[in-house]
Amino acid sequence: MSSPNVKQNDQAVVDINELSLTFKTPDGPVYALSDVNLTVNSGDFVSFIGPSGCGKTTLLRVIADLEKSTSGTISINGKTPEQARLDRSYGYVFQAPALYPWRNVEKNVTLPLEVMGIDKTERHKRAAKYLDLVNLTGFEKKYPWHLSGGMQQRASIARALCFDPDLLLMDEPFGALDEIVRDHLNEQLLDLWSKTKKTIVFVTHSIPEAVFLSTHIVVMSPRPGRIIDIIETQFSADRTLDIRETPEFIAIAHRVREGLLKGHHDDD
Amino acid sequence: MTTEATHRPPLKSRFLDRLKNGKLIPVATICLIIITVWYIGAVYLNSTMQIERFERAKTDWTFSQLVSATLSQDRPLLPAPHQVMAEINKTVFQKNITSKRSLVFHASVTLSSTLLGFIAGTLLGVLLAVGIVHVTSLEKSLMPWIISSQTIPILAIAPMVVVVLGAIGLKGLVPKAIISMYLSFFPVTISMVKGLRSPRIMEIDLMRTYRASIWQTLIMLRLPASLPFLFTGLKIAVAASLVGAIVGELPTGAQAGLGARLLAGSYYGQTIQIWSALIVASILAGGLVSIVGWIESKVLKHMGLAESSGTS
Repeated sequence: MSSPNVKQNDQAVVDINELSLTFKTPDGPVYALSDVNLTVNSGDFVSFIGPSGCGKTTLLRVIADLEKSTSGTISINGKTPEQARLDRSYGYVFQAPALYPWRNVEKNVTLPLEVMGIDKTERHKRAAKYLDLVNLTGFEKKYPWHLSGGMQQRASIARALCFDPDLLLMDEPFGALDEIVRDHLNEQLLDLWSKTKKTIVFVTHSIPEAVFLSTHIVVMSPRPGRIIDIIETQFSADRTLDIRETPEFIAIAHRVREGLLKGHHDDD
Repeated sequence: MTTEATHRPPLKSRFLDRLKNGKLIPVATICLIIITVWYIGAVYLNSTMQIERFERAKTDWTFSQLVSATLSQDRPLLPAPHQVMAEINKTVFQKNITSKRSLVFHASVTLSSTLLGFIAGTLLGVLLAVGIVHVTSLEKSLMPWIISSQTIPILAIAPMVVVVLGAIGLKGLVPKAIISMYLSFFPVTISMVKGLRSPRIMEIDLMRTYRASIWQTLIMLRLPASLPFLFTGLKIAVAASLVGAIVGELPTGAQAGLGARLLAGSYYGQTIQIWSALIVASILAGGLVSIVGWIESKVLKHMGLAESSGTS
């Protein structure tokens, strides 16, 4: 596996160089992102971690073409973010499930397929496949309000996967869930990642979550949002939550925490 | 659902439950209060004229004679509820519905222009809202006109609409429907704009990540999300539509319709006729609003929105 800092190669899914983003507000410019350099390779699980306001969500939104960078370059599969969005290169999972309440679970999951004009039989087949993948078989005809928060977020992951994009962008998908549900979904997500071989870019503010899930942890600090450390992990693919007790895990978690603290000191 | 069906309580206790928890007792209480106040008002308002009559006829009168006389005048200042009910019974149930003396005939004339105006107003309102939400310049250019259109008193506009349209040969239903439309499009536009803008940024971004067209976003997200808002507007619009139709009937020379009955009644001092037309108009309005409410509950339930809108 190659390091995320290696210059652009054939495998680079996301390649970001000297990227900055400044929001103009009535109170003056807000430097949301400053001189970000990052390469995400195919099959990586990359987490952005940092305190609120460090620009981690903004960076994900730039990759998704939901925000435009002010300067620097960014390419997704060698294309501009806009072209990548138009080619439907990624699935996006938001902080909230954002399921449409008037659609049942199956129709929510197949919403992107409906937009893409895929026929009903195929949509039904894909819904069955991806609902099975997130363990929601049997809930096809339920409406979102029948489901718990964790189940809703799983349905929204199935929705992001159902058109089979290679890249999955996840913005604090488990942030609103309680600790136990979050642990459970972390294991499921890891399993899903190793099964599907997707490239995942994941935003979180939980250190254990980032260390447990990622191949690369990108530590960010606020004002201006920038990357202060990139940590590579080497845990086996079939790890369970038990590894959180191991010295390796604790050492990496410690390094992440150090990075976050350093970012904070710079700020004060 | 199934448990409810298997453990149904006996009929009698269900009836008592409904009586205790339902709307029947509060509604009946208010009805009783209104009718009581109405009777007292009728006696009080009609007594001056009745006393004069007694004195002109030089007859002695007791209080109970006065009360019974005030409640059975031909052209009272305020007719008693039973007089109005008798008139409604006479003109609704005893007359052939094609007769010019039948209130059913007049109500149906008003109802047809109400419904035509309501449908036209709803279409116009939805179209304006879709335009306003998608085109910024339309919002800036149209919104002030839409709002000021509602500040002009409808009584001032109605005769002009009827006269101008009459001059180009449009008579009867269409001018009245246009006045109804004029009143009913506004609540639809306002509620629809709010409804079309109700999806959260996340829900709109989601469509963006799928490269959904503006049209797809409208059909799959904005329109379904706007339906609860639309129905609120429709309930106001249908009642406004009825007002528009009645107002539109006033300047037409009182030929047909509930408005015509009101006007004719006031020409000839037929207060009982006026009040019975008023009561029928309000029953009609209540019925129309209930029908829209019933459709609303069916549609929202079918869309799975009924429960979630209750909790969120």
